[in-house]
This record gives sequence, C-alpha cells and structure tokens, in this order.
Amino acid sequence: MKHARIQFDGQAHTVTVEDEHLRLADGRLVHEDQVTWLPPATGSMFALGLNYADHAAELAFSPPTEPLAFIKSPGTYTGHKQVTWRPDNVAYMHYECELVAVIGKAAKNVKREDALGYVAGYTVCNDYAIRDYLENYYRPNLRVKNRDATTPVGPWIVDAADVPDVSNLKLRTWINGELKQEGSTSDMIFDIPYLIEYFSSFMTLQPGDMIATGTPEGLADVVPGDEVVVEVEGVGRLVNRIVSEADFFKNNKASAA
Amino acid sequence: MSHALHDVATGTLFGVALNYQGLLQQHEAAFHEAPYKQPPVKPVLFIKTPNTRNHHEGNVLYPAGVERLQPGPALGVVIGKDASRVSAEDALAYVAGYTIVNEISLPETSYYRPAVKAKCRDGFCPVGPELVPAAQVANPDALGLRLWVNGELRQHNTTANCVRTVAQLIAELSEFMTLHAGDILITGTPEGRVDVQPGDRVEVEIDGLGKLTNHIVAE
Repeated sequence: MKHARIQFDGQAHTVTVEDEHLRLADGRLVHEDQVTWLPPATGSMFALGLNYADHAAELAFSPPTEPLAFIKSPGTYTGHKQVTWRPDNVAYMHYECELVAVIGKAAKNVKREDALGYVAGYTVCNDYAIRDYLENYYRPNLRVKNRDATTPVGPWIVDAADVPDVSNLKLRTWINGELKQEGSTSDMIFDIPYLIEYFSSFMTLQPGDMIATGTPEGLADVVPGDEVVVEVEGVGRLVNRIVSEADFFKNNKASAA
Repeated sequence: MSHALHDVATGTLFGVALNYQGLLQQHEAAFHEAPYKQPPVKPVLFIKTPNTRNHHEGNVLYPAGVERLQPGPALGVVIGKDASRVSAEDALAYVAGYTIVNEISLPETSYYRPAVKAKCRDGFCPVGPELVPAAQVANPDALGLRLWVNGELRQHNTTANCVRTVAQLIAELSEFMTLHAGDILITGTPEGRVDVQPGDRVEVEIDGLGKLTNHIVAE
C-alpha cells in the first residue's frame, strides 16, 4: 500500500493512494488533480553524502570509511509536483535522486540483521544542492542543503513489504524528459541495514525520521523552467519544477497574505 | 521545562558554531589551512535533532564507550513568528523570548564534517528553565553567561563577544530558510569547553534567564 499526505479543501489529510485517486480517512475518494501533495513524512532527514562510489569519484573524493551524514529539518521539505527555487546569480545547482527509508518505530542499538524491521516503507527525495555556497565547515553546510522548499520528498511512502529487494532498484533522473542520471541502489557503499545500525548505535531514530541514502553519478545544472523528475523503481516518481528566486518569493508572499 | 517554554518552543533546534570571537581566534591559523582553506564566510550551522531535547533538572546520559563529554553554555532564542528574509533591523520583532540551552557535545577535533555523532545523541540538548519574554530582555547581545560544575565556576563569558548578534543571525539564516515560530536558535558556545563526568551537576546561568540544571549520569 502507498500512504501520502495531501492538502485538500484547506486541510492536511493522511491518505492511501489508489492509482490516480486518493482515499481519505473518512472514505472519500479524490482525484490527484484536486489536491496539493505534501511531504509524506515530517521527521528529521539523515542524508548521506558520497554514498555511491561512482559519485564520490565524480566529485574527486575517495569513498568514505564511515558514513558521511548531514541533517535536514522539515522546513526544507516540499511535496510532489511543487516548485523549488534557484537563487539568483549562482553557477551550479544540481539535483540528487535518492532512495529514502522511512523509520516506522523507535530504533536504538539495532543490529544490521534486524534493521529492516524498523523501516515502515520507502519514498524518494531530490536532495538539491547549491554548490556555489559550499564552505568547508560542517560540509555540506545548511546553506547548500537546508534551504526553503529545496528538498522535494514523495510522492508517497510505499510499505516496506511491497518492496521485495531494496538493494537492487534503479534510480533515474530526467530534466525536461531527457534522461540525465541513472544508477542502482546495488552500488551503495553503506546500505540501509548498515545505516540503521550506525545511527542507532549512538542515537534513537524516531518514527517518521528518514534516511536519504545518497545519489549515484550523473549530476547536471538546473535552471528556472526545468521540470526535474527523479524516480526510484518500484517506489515512486517525484516531479518538481524549478522557478526563479523572484517568482518563488512573489508566490510565497501571495499565499501567506 | 516550564509549560510556556514546552508549549511554544517545539520546532527545530538550529545551532551556530564558532560564534564567539575568542573561539574563532583560537582556530584562526588552522582555518587558513586544509581542509578549511579559508575562515568561515557565513554562519556555521548545525541541527540538533528532536531526540536531543532535554529539560531543566533532566539527566544527561554519559554514553558508554565515550571518553569525553562537554557541556555547551548557550543563549537560546525562541522564534515567535515565521521569519523569512527579515532584515537585521526588524529581526528582534520575530523573537518570542529567550532561554538557556546546554548544547552538549563530544569534543570536536574538526569542524570539517557535520558533527552528528558528537551532537545528536539522546538528551544532548537541555533547554530551560523557562521562556523569558523578549520584552524582559533589554539587550540579548550583552548577557553574562556562566557554567558551574558541582557549584564551581568553570566557564564564563558574555554574548557581547559573539561574532554575530542575535539580529544578524536571524537576518542571515532567514535569507535562505524560514525560521518558524517555535524554532530555537542556539547562538553559540564560547571557547573553553570543559569535560564533565558521571555524577556531576552542571548548571548554565545567563543574566536574567535563570539557571538551567542537569545531572550527568553514566549510561
């Protein structure tokens, strides 16, 4: 089953997905064109850097010996079919297609062999980065990775039981319909069981927390007007559109008023 | 944690590192070398995840297998309304009030990579004892701050020594991410962090905000 969060008639709802329709808790069925998609989970996101050997090489890094993790807070998430802004006057903003494991129950000191039992399901994120803003302090720093509406997540969470082999899923990114990035979760350096064991060895992962497992090689710049689609086979296809800084904040102010 | 603080300050915990001039100066030479290459240009930020939340008189577990543990006395700024792209002149109007944060951490030997393992352990962010309304704090950038361990003064400084004022931080952060009502900005820990041991009583005191007390307990 697929679970999503949507905005409908001015209210947030938790729904199940039935093809192009969404089933509300009260039984009503609404078409996806009638709703605004919200991020399907709202916990902390533990995002992995350099977790695919080919991508590490692309960025001229040797693969890490311990997971390189950074944290994202809910303000940076946005939903399926929403917009993300490219700041004015930057040279390089790129997408990152990632498989995300969503934690289903509190996880502390979990061993690798038990780890997948703590996963509620899987979703997809596009972990955009503005490379111009990289500084060598807590790198990748928040100004690169924790910007408003710059981490699309969704469209939904697929139950773990419906993903038979999470370690062999194709990842793909398209810009305006052109395939730009292609890889497989089989090339991860630290897999999901390892990562759950790692994080839970020093902290408690909470229900709704997400582990964004990193991206393979094949990065490219995106500009206002681009439609960017990231897909993880068997999990979901997450659509996002790039807008200019001026358009984003103009619309933002309009919706806030 | 008082009810007012507990009800209001439920958002994200954003930390600022290297925000005391003395601390930055200690590292000045190293920050011109690899891997840093140049001193920080923008505020150096981190996130304390929600599992780190702790409260006045709460126990802080000293993790098994860890060699050193350090309290981090810091002024906490509680955001009162959503702040997106606010100027430094207007920034303090977005503050609900102030509180004390003990930003507990394992010692940091490097600032190059995010300090998740050092800073995001359960209970590593006591906040309290209460939310002091902004109107009662005449100048958040001139508050004395003291760390007491078992009644002995071990660290003292003043927010007047911060690299960036509270208003400057709100302006620079809200340029790229909205600070939401209920978020807490942890405005930095001064140089001279000390080690604490299981059994220690750790108190952070800030002028006008009271004293935040916590107990270090072996895991």
